[in-house]
Amino acid sequence: MDVSRETVVRDALRPLTRTTWKYYLIVSILALITAWGLYSYFIQLESGLIVTGLRDTVFWGLYITNFVFFIGISHAGTLISAILRVANAEWRKPITRMAEYITVMAISIGALYPLIDMGRIDRILNVIFYGRIQSPIVWDFISIGTYLVGSITYLYLPLIPDLALCRDKLALPGLRGRIYRLFSLGWSWQDGQRRLLMRAVKIMAIIIIPVAVSVHTVVSWIFAMTFRAGWRSTVFGPYFVVGAVLSGIATIIFIMAVFRKAYGLERLITPKHFENLAYLMVATDLFYIYLMINEYLVSGYIWGVNEASILSSLYWGGYSVYFWAMVLTLIIPILIVAIPRTRNVAGIVLASILVNVSMWIKRFVIIIPTLAATPMPPTTPVIYIPSLIELSITLAGFSGFGLMLAIFSKLFPLISIWEVVEE
Amino acid sequence: MPILNKGIGAGWASRLAEFLSGLNPVRDPARIVSNAEKSGISRWRYEWVMVIDLERCDGCGLCEEACISAHQPLPGQTWMKVYMLRAEDGTISPLPRPCMQCQNAPCVNVCPVGANYYNEDGIVIIDKGRCIGCRMCMAACPYGARYFNWRAPDGGVKEPHGEEEVHPVGVVEKCMFCYKLLEEGGLPPCVRACPMRAIYMGERKQDVMTNGLETLRLSKVLEEREAFRLLEELGTEPRVYYLPGRRGKGCLEGLEAPLEP
Repeated sequence: MDVSRETVVRDALRPLTRTTWKYYLIVSILALITAWGLYSYFIQLESGLIVTGLRDTVFWGLYITNFVFFIGISHAGTLISAILRVANAEWRKPITRMAEYITVMAISIGALYPLIDMGRIDRILNVIFYGRIQSPIVWDFISIGTYLVGSITYLYLPLIPDLALCRDKLALPGLRGRIYRLFSLGWSWQDGQRRLLMRAVKIMAIIIIPVAVSVHTVVSWIFAMTFRAGWRSTVFGPYFVVGAVLSGIATIIFIMAVFRKAYGLERLITPKHFENLAYLMVATDLFYIYLMINEYLVSGYIWGVNEASILSSLYWGGYSVYFWAMVLTLIIPILIVAIPRTRNVAGIVLASILVNVSMWIKRFVIIIPTLAATPMPPTTPVIYIPSLIELSITLAGFSGFGLMLAIFSKLFPLISIWEVVEE
Repeated sequence: MPILNKGIGAGWASRLAEFLSGLNPVRDPARIVSNAEKSGISRWRYEWVMVIDLERCDGCGLCEEACISAHQPLPGQTWMKVYMLRAEDGTISPLPRPCMQCQNAPCVNVCPVGANYYNEDGIVIIDKGRCIGCRMCMAACPYGARYFNWRAPDGGVKEPHGEEEVHPVGVVEKCMFCYKLLEEGGLPPCVRACPMRAIYMGERKQDVMTNGLETLRLSKVLEEREAFRLLEELGTEPRVYYLPGRRGKGCLEGLEAPLEP
């Protein structure tokens, strides 16, 4: 990197010391939306899930869609940080920290959705007291729990030297100073500490990859291990994992662009980073399209009665708008990145937004049309229209995600300073 | 790798599950099934079955109504549901559908907390005090026999067995073969309400079935009338048998495609 050591430290620490009115404005808006979502949830707790648009035929909707989506984008941290760390890709250094933040925040938000969807949240401990290891739901609890603990550890370890830096450089009095002092664990830049840390980080990077793969595989198995046409597929595990990685990369591109703009990190996060990530995104996108062709062509060729009713609703029926929007927003990003004229930061950020729109819709069209095409004739309406409560709680998930990122960006450095400086 | 040659195949995962379930004392189907298979003895005290004669059923829906007035589930729930299936030539065939009481029940298999279990007669029971309302069982059930209590009921509801039983909000419910009535020697309301006497309760060990009027030999009827079960190919082993109507099994053509009920 052709930026001096002082510039790196100054640029990376600036968000921690200087806060503009715009920041307060954005945080207040996000907090308001999140509070509105919380309020909606309390209404739901009071009245039961009757306040949602869900009924006995389509009994999973936006909540489960958001669950799969957020657990999906949590794969940002694993891919960018862990895989690139294991592969020794040096360009990753300024962006790993943000990827790891996204991972922790996205799992926290994502894991809330099945709980919001549960009929009896008051009995949540039954999963521990009476848990049956044979149930895919229990696999989910175990693997998402492991992933959350693992990714918090993996975020924390490389943060230690930066916390020490905050402790020394900022020398803040009060609570924040004490937090930096406490959590930097007496880091004093000795070689022994350094060697130990590097080893620990490397081990965590290797451990977290299979854990992340297991998480999205198990999420897909909730669907795949039933008799439902459209879900009952052996490709679902890898299909979900690749989709997760794809939306993870798209999310890191978007968040990176936001922070770069907001905190003036242009010298640290360069167009090269966007370009590299865009290539990764397109490669994953193509792989995802391949898996999708595999899914839709195989069942479309067989055209069994149940598959036919799902696929025709996707291709030209009630869900065709969603389906073709999903396909388009999956293909356009590839073109944006492929054409040299649009392959700039703005173009790449647009591509990343489209990819995430696509991935959200994709989760929607995986879940709802299959539920609507019941194996027996349905006994309740098959049309699912999300209620205001569901929409509010969905929106609150996104705003809560942004809110947590915004708050963390003020408490801890967004850039892994010590790793960048090392070069 | 000799261990692979021994075939770590089909049974391996279920054996692991069996081992692990031994660590957790829930009423677990996998363990009981394999023990029963080993010994060759039935694991049930009674083996209740339901037999529905489609030749007699005219689709009046009185069984559905009797079920609703006896159990008073939340509005919209039809634990016993009479489907009207339209065949290609336009004829309409009724198909009453209670819970199938599968002996390899997908709902029991996927339940995260053991709230779905087989009672000692093999009837699939929901422990409404334990269910967490995740609705995984509704995804697993291929028969659409399960209903979710989307809201709290308007007041306490008496079950026909005399015992106070409300329908708690946020849990899944379904037909449970009126298992308490059966224990007391009674017949479920759907059986008694049928004016065509098309629904029989049977017990496989004693090889009998009755609709309240006549008592027949179960195995003989099932064989002579070429009884079948719904979506038998899925391997769920339902305990509800259908005696084909005049149109034979062909009356179920409509079943394969989701139709308007």
